[in-house]
Amino acid sequence: MNVPLSSDDRGGTAQPLLIVRDLKKHFPAKGSFWRLSRDKVQAVDGVSFSVAKGQTVGVVGESGCGKSTTARLLLHLIEPDAGEVIFDGEGVGAPGGIGVRDLRLQMQMVFQDSYSSLNPRATIADIIAFGPRMAKKVPSRQAHDRAGGLLEQVGLQPSLFARRYPHELSGGQRQRINIARALALEPRMLILDEAVSALDKSVEAQILNLLADLRRDLGLTYLFISHDLNVVRHVSDRVVVMYLGRIVEAGDVGAIFRRPSHPYTQALLRAMPSMDPDRRTEASPLTGDPPNPINPPSGCRFRTRCAFAEEVCARVSPALDDIAGGHQVACHMMVPGSGHSRAGTICAGHD
Amino acid sequence: MADVSTILQPIILPDTSAGAEPRSYWSTVGERLVHDRITLAVGAVLLCVILLAIFAPWAATHDPLQGSVLRRLKPVGTPGFFLGTDEIGRDIWSRLVYGGRLSLICGVTPVALATLIGGTLGLVAGIGGRVVNMAIMRVVDVFYAFPSVLLAIAICGVIGAGIGNTMLSLMIVFTPPIVRVTESLTAQVKNRDFVEAARASAAPLHAIIRHQILPNVLGGMLVYATSLVGISIILSAGLSFLGLGVTPPNPEWGLMLNALRQAIFVNPIVAALPGLAIVLTSLCFNLLSDGLRSAMDIKLPS
Amino acid sequence: MTETPAIDVENLAVRFQQRDRTIHAVNGVSFRLARGEVLGILGESGSGKTVALRSLMRLLPHNCGIAGRVVLDGEDVTAASESRLEELRGNRIAMIFQEPATALDPVFTIGQQIIETLVRHLGMPRRDARRRALEWLERVQIPSARRRLDSYPHEMSGGMRQRAMIALALSCSPTVLLADEPTTALDVTVQIQILLLLRELQRELGMAVIFVTHDVGAAVEVSDRLAVMYAGRFVETGAVRDVLRKRAHPYTEGLLAANLHGVEPGSRLMTIAGAPPNLAALPPGCSFAPRCAYALPLCGETMPAPVICGDGHVARCWRAEERIKVAA
Repeated sequence: MNVPLSSDDRGGTAQPLLIVRDLKKHFPAKGSFWRLSRDKVQAVDGVSFSVAKGQTVGVVGESGCGKSTTARLLLHLIEPDAGEVIFDGEGVGAPGGIGVRDLRLQMQMVFQDSYSSLNPRATIADIIAFGPRMAKKVPSRQAHDRAGGLLEQVGLQPSLFARRYPHELSGGQRQRINIARALALEPRMLILDEAVSALDKSVEAQILNLLADLRRDLGLTYLFISHDLNVVRHVSDRVVVMYLGRIVEAGDVGAIFRRPSHPYTQALLRAMPSMDPDRRTEASPLTGDPPNPINPPSGCRFRTRCAFAEEVCARVSPALDDIAGGHQVACHMMVPGSGHSRAGTICAGHD
Repeated sequence: MADVSTILQPIILPDTSAGAEPRSYWSTVGERLVHDRITLAVGAVLLCVILLAIFAPWAATHDPLQGSVLRRLKPVGTPGFFLGTDEIGRDIWSRLVYGGRLSLICGVTPVALATLIGGTLGLVAGIGGRVVNMAIMRVVDVFYAFPSVLLAIAICGVIGAGIGNTMLSLMIVFTPPIVRVTESLTAQVKNRDFVEAARASAAPLHAIIRHQILPNVLGGMLVYATSLVGISIILSAGLSFLGLGVTPPNPEWGLMLNALRQAIFVNPIVAALPGLAIVLTSLCFNLLSDGLRSAMDIKLPS
Repeated sequence: MTETPAIDVENLAVRFQQRDRTIHAVNGVSFRLARGEVLGILGESGSGKTVALRSLMRLLPHNCGIAGRVVLDGEDVTAASESRLEELRGNRIAMIFQEPATALDPVFTIGQQIIETLVRHLGMPRRDARRRALEWLERVQIPSARRRLDSYPHEMSGGMRQRAMIALALSCSPTVLLADEPTTALDVTVQIQILLLLRELQRELGMAVIFVTHDVGAAVEVSDRLAVMYAGRFVETGAVRDVLRKRAHPYTEGLLAANLHGVEPGSRLMTIAGAPPNLAALPPGCSFAPRCAYALPLCGETMPAPVICGDGHVARCWRAEERIKVAA
C-alpha cells in the first residue's frame, strides 16, 4: 500500500506500524476477600498480530472474546501480564523503546458512543481541547482554535457546536465529537472500539464515510473492533477473528469472508441473517451461548462447540499457523501431522 | 436501565440551529429548581430564617439576655412579647432570632468543614489503588459503627462543652459519611468512558481529577451535604439540650428547650416554640436537598 | 379475511404532553394481522415503533394520549378497563423485550415467575403449573431445564435469559406476541438461534407476532410482512420480498442501503441526508421530505396518500408509482 509517510515516521514503509506479540491478561475472578479464588478470567491469552501502515485491520468476535480488553492493553490503559507491543519498530515500555505517554500521543482510541463517552459537565470545545492542553501543554486559545478546525473536519459547524454540551447532541453528533477528540492529539493510528455499534444504521453509514475520508486525508491507520461482520467486511483490509481470548483466524478480508477456514469463523458467517426471504436460515450453526472466559476449555477453546473436535483438540492448543500467503488459522485440521483425523486433507475455505 | 418513562420518551433532537443558546448542566438544574414549587417555598422560608439571623439586632424586639422575674412565662400574644417569655422572663422571639445565628452556624460550619476534609479523603480513596482505598475506608467503617448521636456525645464529653467543641465534634461525626459518599461517586465516575478517554490522552492525573472527575462528583456531594445540614442543626441542638454544647445564657434553641422543660405544664406552647424552630429549619434543609437531587436527576434520551 | 384477525389496529395515534411541547410519537398507524402471521416493523430511533408497540398493551405512562382503535381477537380493548387489561396482558397478548435482565424479576426464580403467570391467568393448580413451566423451558431449548426452574435470572447467561423470557411470555399461549427488539443485544450466533426459535414456536402455536427492530436481517428472517416506520407512520408496508425488492419509498431504499447488504466493500456508502425528525415539530406534508433526494414541492405541502404498489404492497409516497416502474 502506497501511503505517504508521516513526519513522525521512524521505521519506513515496510515496518508494520503496530506489532503485537503474545499479549496476555488474566483477571482474578471476583471472589470473596477471604476465599482466595484461584479462578482467573483469561480475558486475553496469547494474542499476536500486526498492522501495516495505512491499513485497516478489523477485529471481530462475540462477547467474552477479549477484543475490547486487547484494545485497552495496546494503549496500556490496562497493564498486560505478558507480551509485547511494538509501535513503529520501538517496544512500548521497553528500555530504549517508546514510553507509554509517547505511545498515547501517536495512538488514540475512539470509544463506543454512549452517554458516558463525553464529560457531561464540559463544553464540546473543552472536551476536544483537553488532550492537547493537558498532555502537550498547548496554550488554551490555540487548543480551542484547533478544536474548531477539528469540528469542521468531522462535519460539525464550530459556531453551532463548540459551546454546546454533550446532552444537547444526538448520537451521531456525539460520535463525531469522539472522533474529533481522538484526532486532537494528531495520532497516527486510531483504535475504534465498537465506534459505530450504538448508532442507527443511517447514521452509522455517515460515520463510516467520515472515517474513510479521514483515513485518506490524514494518512491514518485503523484497528477496527466490532461484532458486526458486515461493517468489518466493509472497512477492513485484514480481519482478525477472536474467540475466548485467542485469535482463531486472521487474513485478508477477501480470504476470511470467502474462504473461512476455522470452524468458528465459518459458523460466525453462517449465523448472519440471510437477507433473502425465500432462502431463510434453516438451522443455527452453533448451539448455546459463547462460554465464560473463567476456566476455559483445555487445548483448543472452541472444541466444546466444534463439530469436528477430537481427542487431540483437548490435549494440544493449536498454534496460529500460516496456511496460505498471510492467511493464518489456529486449527488442528489445517495442519498435516497434527494428530487430527482430517489434518492435511483440507485446504482453505473447506466446508 | 432508567424507568419506563425514559424508555418510552422518543428521541427529541436538540435544537442545534443558530440562535438556540447552549444550556450547561448547572443552568438546566437551576431552571428546574426554579420551577419546583416545593423547593421555591422551602428556599423562601430558609431565606427568611437566614435574614432574621443576620439582622438579628434589628429583628429582635428586646435584649435576649435581659430577663425579669415579673414577666416569667407569659403566654403567646402578650403585648410587647408576642411569642411570650421564658422561665427567666426573657423575650422568646428575640431569643429565637438570636438563637437562629447559633443554630445556623452550628448547622453549616461542621458540614462545610467535613465536606472539605471528607471530600478530599473520599476522592483520594476513590482514585487511589486498592491499598489506599482499603486503608481509608476501613477506618471510616470503624466510625460508622457508632450511632452519630452517641459519637457526638462521647466526643463532646471528652473535649468539653462550648460552641467550638460542638462544631468540632460534629465535624468528626459527619466526615465518615461524606467520605463514603464521595468515594462511591468517585469510583463510579472513574469508570466512565470519558475518564478513560482522558487517561488515554496522556493527560497528567491532576488534570484528570480537576477537569473530569471533580465536576461530576461535586453535584452529588452538594446534595448530601445539604441534607447533613438539617441533621447537624438537630444534633447541635441536642448536644446543647444535654448540656454538652452551647453554654447558658446563650440563646441556643436546644438550650432553650432544656430550660423550658419544666414549663411544659404551665405554658406548653411557649415551651414547644424552640423545638418548632429546630424542626422547621431542619426540615427546610432536607427538602432543599431533595429538591436539589430531583433537579439534578436529569433524565436524558440515550 | 374470512376469520377474525388476531389484532386489528385502526389509526393509532400517541401523543406525549411535556411541559412546553407535545410530542407526536405515533401518527396514524393501521394494520391487521391474521393468526399465524408475522409483521416486522422496521425503523430507527425516533420512529415511534416502541411506543406504538407498547400502546397496544397500554404500557405507557399517564402523561400520554392514545387515540385510535385496537381490537384484539375480536374484542375492542381501546377503552378497556385496567382490570380487563391486566387479565389480557400475559394471557392473550404478551411481550418480550430487548433486555431480559430488566424484564425478568431478579428476586424470583424463573420457575416461580412462570408458575405465577399460569396460576394467575389460567387458574392452574401449582403442581400442574410447575410441570407446564418445565415443559416450556424444554420447549425453548434451555439445557438442564429442571435445574433452571429454580435458577435466578442473574445465574443464567444472556441467551438463556432471553429464552426464559420467551417461555414466560408464551406460557399462556397468547394470541398475539409483541417482540421489542428481542435480538438486538445478543451476539450474532445467539441471535440466529433465538430468531429460529421464535419462528418455530410461532408456527407451532399459530401466534400472530409483531416484531419490532432496526435490524433488517433479523426482520427478514422472521417476518411475512414488513412495515417501514418513520416519524410515527408506516411509510411502506407489504410482503417481505416485495418491500425488499421494490423499495417503493425513498426511506426504505436508504435504510436498506445503510444495512450494508450487497454493498461493494470500501465503496462510499449511500447515506440519508439530514437528521431524524423532531417529533415535537413535524413538518406539514411528508415527514421524510426534508431529507428526501426525490422530494417535490408537493411532498412538503401535502401528506402523501397510500399508493398501491402491488398485491398488499402500499407506500406513502407521491412518487412511489414511478419509482417501482423504474426499478422493475
